[in-house]
Amino acid sequence: MAPLVPYILSNEFNLIVALIAGIGFGFVLEQAGFSSTKKLVGLFYGYDFTVLKVFFTAGVTAMIGVLLFGQIGILDLSLIYINPTFLWSALAGGAIMGLGFIIGGFCPGTSVCAASIGKLDGLAFVFGSGLGVLAFVEGYPLFEKNYLAEAWGPVLINEKLGMSKVVFGFLLTTIAFIAFVLTRLIEKRVNNDQSKLPKNKVIMYSSAIGFAFLLLILIAVLPNSGRRLEARIDTALIRKDLTSSEVPADKLATEIVNNYYRINIIDVRSPDAFKAYHLPFAINIPVEKMSDRQWSKILNQKHKVNYFYADNQKLAKRGYLKAGFLGKAENYILIESSSDFKKLFSELTPPGSNASKKELNTYNFRLKAATDMKTLVDALKNSTEPVIAKTTKIKGGC
Amino acid sequence: MKPNKYMNPYLAGFLLGLVLLGTIYVTGRGLGASGAVKSVVLKAVVEVAPQHSANTPFIKSYNEEHPGGPLKDWLVFEVIGVVIGAFFSGVISNRVGIKLERGPNITNRTRIIAAIIGGSLFGLGSQLGRGCTSGAALSGMAVMSFGGIITMIAIFGSGYAFAYFFRKLWLK
Repeated sequence: MAPLVPYILSNEFNLIVALIAGIGFGFVLEQAGFSSTKKLVGLFYGYDFTVLKVFFTAGVTAMIGVLLFGQIGILDLSLIYINPTFLWSALAGGAIMGLGFIIGGFCPGTSVCAASIGKLDGLAFVFGSGLGVLAFVEGYPLFEKNYLAEAWGPVLINEKLGMSKVVFGFLLTTIAFIAFVLTRLIEKRVNNDQSKLPKNKVIMYSSAIGFAFLLLILIAVLPNSGRRLEARIDTALIRKDLTSSEVPADKLATEIVNNYYRINIIDVRSPDAFKAYHLPFAINIPVEKMSDRQWSKILNQKHKVNYFYADNQKLAKRGYLKAGFLGKAENYILIESSSDFKKLFSELTPPGSNASKKELNTYNFRLKAATDMKTLVDALKNSTEPVIAKTTKIKGGC
Repeated sequence: MKPNKYMNPYLAGFLLGLVLLGTIYVTGRGLGASGAVKSVVLKAVVEVAPQHSANTPFIKSYNEEHPGGPLKDWLVFEVIGVVIGAFFSGVISNRVGIKLERGPNITNRTRIIAAIIGGSLFGLGSQLGRGCTSGAALSGMAVMSFGGIITMIAIFGSGYAFAYFFRKLWLK
């Protein structure tokens, strides 16, 4: 699953990819006429809207592609870089850039293109942008407050507008289409152009825009890979003959004390619940986040055994099943809920005086296991190096 | 030879979109330009005034993020590609040559000065806005970043707002 860097392609190779992407970028920008300052500035005076056409078409194309790839499950959208939002600096920076655009007649990418084919004004702009960056670097303390204010993180516009990604996709594509039509009307007026679009172009443009909307509809109706997986889990859950490898709490406690380095204890509850209480050495993989690529290593490894637990059997089973569908590791499910585990080991109450021998044994076992687990957790917390496994065997109990 | 005509803007946009999509697919990030200028500037500052850059917190933290030096940066390689790609495009379309483009009513000198001033503003703004038309606006739109899209609106909004005052630079 993409993105290919850094898991499938190395970071070194990534620089070669950068070079290739740049060649494509530069080639298309120059072919589109972005090396000409008059063509660029035409956008602001209404005589040439090439910039808007190229820019919007590129943005819509890439956006639909990203959505489509995400939907069919070949690109993990949770991993791609989302420019973080810093409200004031984004607006102030954008306003300064707009002023620079109208005075200088370029933006950084286009000025590099222009300079590459020998335009001296492009070269001057590149030189100027170096000065501007230098001013920022040297004057950073002056800008710092504004630069870091209103940090919203990598928020998405569709979230801000309260709509789904695909709805925003429809919206942006529609806006682009309207903009193309309007700007053509403006262009014709400013340039005193009476010409009509030739028929073959009309057909081409309408099929292109139709295709874009068709893709968007497809994205909207296709179940994504995540939903398909959920459906499989749901079917598995209602089957009565479902068998799962279950372990009782005492068995798991024994494993923790003796073999903590050979097991993963996976808490599939929410991060908040995990924070409130979790089993010793447990890691938190909320069930809905399980297909994130960062966990695929754990769900696919062969050296450790995975134990799943939650607050209730249903959630734990869901996590267990999902892990089985996603990976190849050996998985088990804890019969008890996390609160039961807590009761059994952390809130141990001594048995009454008339307790049977068996009850007493169980109590002693759990007391020892609880102490050992605590010791282990403390020992590992204080050192980054792996601690040599304790060889003490728990006696008695199960 | 006469320069060839420019490509149909929608076709160019579609191709550019594919380049961007391919980049996101392979690397998980979009395109950019101003970041490369920053790398080169920082490299120059470090070379010319090592003492001074060691005392500038901004440069120090940048260097820590770039253990291979400021030039071993994705965007630097990408912009080298842009130079190659644009030059190649210019060659096949007969557009290469030393030239200076300006509005009809200004001198070459004015045009160069305006380009430097405009460039400086763009350079400064791109740092404040964390990316320029390519990195913030275009790539931001592709991944639906809120920050990228408001930066885009601010760039073009401000361009239109100021266009009237600088019309003498461009129009008859």
